[in-house]
Amino acid sequence: MLDFPRWKVWAVIVTIVVCVALSIPSFIPENLRRTWPGWVPQPTVSLGLDLAGGSYLQLEADTKDVAASRLDAMRESVRSVMRRDPRVDIGDISVQNGQLTFMVRDPAKVDAARERLLEVTGSGAGLTGQRVWDISVVDSSRFVLKPTQAGLEEAIDTAMNDAREVVSRRINEFGTREPNVVRQGKNRIVVEVPGLKDPQALKELIGKTAKLEFKLVDTSVTPQQIQSGNVPAGSQVLPYQEGGSQIAVFRNAMITGDMLVDARQDYDPQDGTPGVAIQLDGVGSRRFAKVTQENSGKPFAIIVDNNVISAPNINEPILGGAARINGGFTVESANQLAVALRSGKLPVTLKVVEERTISSELGQDSINKGVLAGVVGTLALIFFMLITYARFGVYTTCALVVNAFMILGIMAIFNATLTLPGIAGFVLTIGAAVDANVLINERIREEQRVRNRNALASVEFGYKEASRAIFDANITNVISAIIMFAIGSGPIRGFAVVLAIGIVTSVFTGVTFTRLLVADWLKRNRPKTIQI
Amino acid sequence: MFPLKLVPDNTNIPFLKYRNIAMVLSILLIVASLALCVVRGFNLGIDFVGGQTVRVHFDRAVPIDDIRAKMASIGFDDVTIQEFGSAQEIGIRTSLPEGGDTAAEAAATKMRTAIESNFEGARVTGVESVSGKVSNELFRTGAWALGVAMVAIALYIWFSFEWQFGVGALFALFHDVALTLGFFAVTQLEFDLNVVAAILTIIGYSLNDTIVVYDRIRENMRKYRKMEMVPLLNLSINETLSRTVVTSLSIGIVLAILLVLGPEVIFGFTASMLLGIVIGTFSSVYVSAAILLWLRLKPDSFVQKATGDENAERVTSRELP
Repeated sequence: MLDFPRWKVWAVIVTIVVCVALSIPSFIPENLRRTWPGWVPQPTVSLGLDLAGGSYLQLEADTKDVAASRLDAMRESVRSVMRRDPRVDIGDISVQNGQLTFMVRDPAKVDAARERLLEVTGSGAGLTGQRVWDISVVDSSRFVLKPTQAGLEEAIDTAMNDAREVVSRRINEFGTREPNVVRQGKNRIVVEVPGLKDPQALKELIGKTAKLEFKLVDTSVTPQQIQSGNVPAGSQVLPYQEGGSQIAVFRNAMITGDMLVDARQDYDPQDGTPGVAIQLDGVGSRRFAKVTQENSGKPFAIIVDNNVISAPNINEPILGGAARINGGFTVESANQLAVALRSGKLPVTLKVVEERTISSELGQDSINKGVLAGVVGTLALIFFMLITYARFGVYTTCALVVNAFMILGIMAIFNATLTLPGIAGFVLTIGAAVDANVLINERIREEQRVRNRNALASVEFGYKEASRAIFDANITNVISAIIMFAIGSGPIRGFAVVLAIGIVTSVFTGVTFTRLLVADWLKRNRPKTIQI
Repeated sequence: MFPLKLVPDNTNIPFLKYRNIAMVLSILLIVASLALCVVRGFNLGIDFVGGQTVRVHFDRAVPIDDIRAKMASIGFDDVTIQEFGSAQEIGIRTSLPEGGDTAAEAAATKMRTAIESNFEGARVTGVESVSGKVSNELFRTGAWALGVAMVAIALYIWFSFEWQFGVGALFALFHDVALTLGFFAVTQLEFDLNVVAAILTIIGYSLNDTIVVYDRIRENMRKYRKMEMVPLLNLSINETLSRTVVTSLSIGIVLAILLVLGPEVIFGFTASMLLGIVIGTFSSVYVSAAILLWLRLKPDSFVQKATGDENAERVTSRELP
């Protein structure tokens, strides 16, 4: 057991050197690391927001939105597919109780209508091979379309992925460093922004859906009609703060946000008020030119998130696809809108369900005190080990120090984050490492004293007998680390990660590494007894 | 005197002689702790009940009543004010106002301005808000993680030792968790997600202790097959005593230093761990070892497995000084 083949010695040494070397970049300030040549790998352990300061936001999407917008889109698809030649006349199309219904006027065309319907709903298999819509016919000519659970879940999943993208783009525009945006569960997104002091602006930015539409104003509608909400089927009433309170517009949008190629905050060339300059893509530009040509002299509404921002008159055809959004902006709010428009519209509305902001000052204070306590504690522990186990205390100390650096090194490889609960995990593994060494050393003592073994045999049996308990104790820790990681939430996971890494390194340094040191000493000096 | 020996050689303390008293004490403590948890309840952090905490740093200590009065004057009647380690680090907790993000944000801003303009040298250092829905989830997943981990550990010990050991370890863990919870009910230290991590750490330490004692019991059962259970358990505990003392002391030293010098944010955390070490050490001797007797562990439990074990010295009894 004390025989170490040469390759094994080298394997242990190389493992330790590599892991310890990997922990080094984490100790060097970032601005210094920047000056290093690019080929030097720089794995670092990042500090969690509870230590480094910053903002943590958990956002939840309203999944009802997804269901509703899917039904609306389906209604439009059904309308257009039925209108195609030869036309299938339908009527009474409506969305109610989470389903879409319509009537086929000519009962003889029910089968033809079904064929057409399958074109837009997909003939049966979605991405997952499951049906996305349930189609049924009641009273011989009324179709009922109901989204299936599988279809809805798939749609939510897609929407959430898109939303994550959009949120991530918006935060990047915000210019913060290393934001972390991840999906969590079915309908949540977690945003972590280190160093951010005031998340107010960030929250406003994320909260904006940024759905941009240009719609023509329906000038035929009277103010009385707007008041009563009784407007023609093709029109709708939207809030309009600048010009009174509400305005009627046609439902069909001439331009939508997906035709944008760029949006920038700028100033009005005439009066210098801040606004947003937008640039449309080819399709958008052509359509905008055509509509403005046909509707010269009439007003159109610029709508963001179903609020009319302004409703200017079309004085002349607008060619080239450039337009401006004006209307009571400050520089900040114009900039925010520009960012939101550039990053695309959110497919769902997000609301903040959890928020944690810790100032970096608080974090720094904690770190300073934590480091001080850590250093003093380690020194005390080393002193205690040395006076208790003499030479073996030195080996224990080596193992503990190497262990701490190895944990950091391995965490750096995985780019793991060190949080407060992570430090608890750290303390636990250091405790386990101390205990492993204490077990071994006590056992060596016992083998020598009680069973009168010689030095070599005492060490040999000491390691062998102690290993069993060390193994069992650490397996149970591994079990709990795995379970905590699998079902725990954020902080508990942070604990579990450090624990899992630490158990491996503790056993490695506490058992293998010290045995190597002890074996080397025994080989060189061949002592008769051990002072322990 | 060098190297230092904290525990003399060949101790023979009849630990289990007091097992009945210890067990009664343990059960009383468990019952008292659980009763306290029910009657007095926890000072649950916003992680578990939802709400908003605004953390403020004051350059000099400010009477809590002044802060409370100030808060009441701007419309926050129901605030909880707590100190984080010193009178200069204050957390002001409110329930989450109705009306979603905007209302919560408005409330936080209102509190921030009120504090920073009324108390000289006061700075808001952090805002945390957790909605009721999320806090429920955090509570559920935390409790689940704790429960499942405990049962899985007990199962492993059952397979690795005997069923009595598994039950013993599970009961010891239950004992440790119950007492720690009792500690939080008594002191009313804030109980948040970090405390769950502390409890998990305590479980880890306590389990370590338990397994070390169990391992020695298993070893001795194979060695001294005819020895009565009580002396065998006593022998095992005595043989591991030195290790128990050295390990507990090492960790205790580090934790005590962390408690005194460490950051305020982890005060509750460190305090509970320090307490956990004491409880865990006690439970591994008096709860997890003693329970083996009540579960009628027989000296021949490991005979089957022990055949062919070259370490079995076939000693029927040992001279005890």
